[in-house]
Amino acid sequence: MSSHDSDPRPLLLGGPALGLRLIVLAAMAAGLMVADHRQHHLAAIRDGVATLAYPIQWAVQAPLQAWSSMRESFATKTKVEAENVKLASDNLVLRLKLLRFESLEQENQRLRAVRQSSARVVQRSLVAEIVRVDLDPLRQRVLINKGTQEGVFRGQAAIDAAGIFGQVTRAGPISAEIILISDPEHAIPVQVNRTGVRSIALGTGRSGLLSLPYLPQNSDVIVGDLLVSSGLGGVYPPGYPVGKVTAVTRDPGQPLLAVEAAPLAGLDRDPEILLVWFDNAVVEPETEAEAKPPATASPATQPGRRPPAPAPTLKPAPQAAQPTTPSAPPATQDTTPAPAPAETAPPPEPEPQQPPPGNAP
Amino acid sequence: MMRGTRSVFGWGRVIVLTILALAATVAPLPSFLELFRPDFVALTVLWFCLLSPRLLGLSYGWCAGLALDGFKGVLLGEHALTLTVVAYVASKLRLQIRAFPPLQQSAVILCLLWLHEFLLFWIDGVAGHPVTDWRRWLAVPVGAACWPLLTAFFARFASRR
Repeated sequence: MSSHDSDPRPLLLGGPALGLRLIVLAAMAAGLMVADHRQHHLAAIRDGVATLAYPIQWAVQAPLQAWSSMRESFATKTKVEAENVKLASDNLVLRLKLLRFESLEQENQRLRAVRQSSARVVQRSLVAEIVRVDLDPLRQRVLINKGTQEGVFRGQAAIDAAGIFGQVTRAGPISAEIILISDPEHAIPVQVNRTGVRSIALGTGRSGLLSLPYLPQNSDVIVGDLLVSSGLGGVYPPGYPVGKVTAVTRDPGQPLLAVEAAPLAGLDRDPEILLVWFDNAVVEPETEAEAKPPATASPATQPGRRPPAPAPTLKPAPQAAQPTTPSAPPATQDTTPAPAPAETAPPPEPEPQQPPPGNAP
Repeated sequence: MMRGTRSVFGWGRVIVLTILALAATVAPLPSFLELFRPDFVALTVLWFCLLSPRLLGLSYGWCAGLALDGFKGVLLGEHALTLTVVAYVASKLRLQIRAFPPLQQSAVILCLLWLHEFLLFWIDGVAGHPVTDWRRWLAVPVGAACWPLLTAFFARFASRR
């Protein structure tokens, strides 16, 4: 190590100069934090730093990715053939499901239009690859290789083939950060698919565990129940699977149930995810009726119901769908399926889970 | 050869070492090892502060901290503040620490790393997203245990001309 610098300044550091520098730098850092935390003024700086960091982050995981892709390319022919057979049979089953799904979707939209409730279905999706870097072991966040250049925005929902994955917390130009549903700071409004009971699923910091702490003792939840997103809050599309209930603890001394669930999405093993765009607007009955040429279902009741509907009763539906505006705290904690008629009455259609009638193959 | 830090240590090496430390902070590890990953950037800042606090003291800590904030995607300025404070203490006590035998040096580093982690913990709490998991403190003793190895590596890196 070096012994003495050859400049004439005193050997012992300290005194006012060092303390002054500490104060100035600390004040600058504190100013940055306040500006970033309170006003969100620093989006440009933050994006700049994140963009500068991205090539290094990418380079760090590149060898690992190269290794796994090399292993893939050396996979044996029999393995590939077996995989191909499996994919082909999967494809057949999925096609059969899709045939039914399309007719069900049409019917669903028609029925929703009759009831003036919103039909928020995913319209567009984008595949993003997860950059395999560890941002923080105690926070469940991941980095993806798509950013605002591809239209990614803050608060966008991310799903994978099995269920809801998380949402975008920060979108840079070429990369974005996603908070997983298992992050301790994350909460997702869910609904028990069997009964329609709504609640909030909180992350716990462990990738295989969600907790539902706001269910009253008398609510109907059993182990094995499927939790789907309820669509309240407007971030996630409704009706997508979130998790399965793994434990229900009924302690008579406690006012609330302790319910645990396991997320269905492969939070810690997905190589890629889907970012989705969905229409948050309410389907208006008129446009819907025009869009459907034959208007087969219930031709008698529709005209009778439509006239009073359009202007006045259209309003409550979007408000109920976004609890942030009217009364946030009670809406988030309540679990009785009463207050938002538009959301509760039609429990999310279980058509993706139901096997089609004729899937003998 | 040891005439002055400026001649021993070019800016290029400083930048390379810093980027290495940043990369080591986010490099993918098996999940059971993740919690034991030492804070490489804090250790690098400490080493530079002990080596040549005039050239690479507080302002270096500040810049490295800001880069780390960008890397981890946390509140901008969080690590900048904590690393500046740690660099200040290290610069103040630099002559004593450098005279210590290795084991004692590691003990001092343990205290400094603990201070760093505590400040982060505190800022997280003030900013409204606290991580109260006890496992966040695991990296501190691991970092102190790594200190002798790291100094050996850095000294090699520095003296190779």
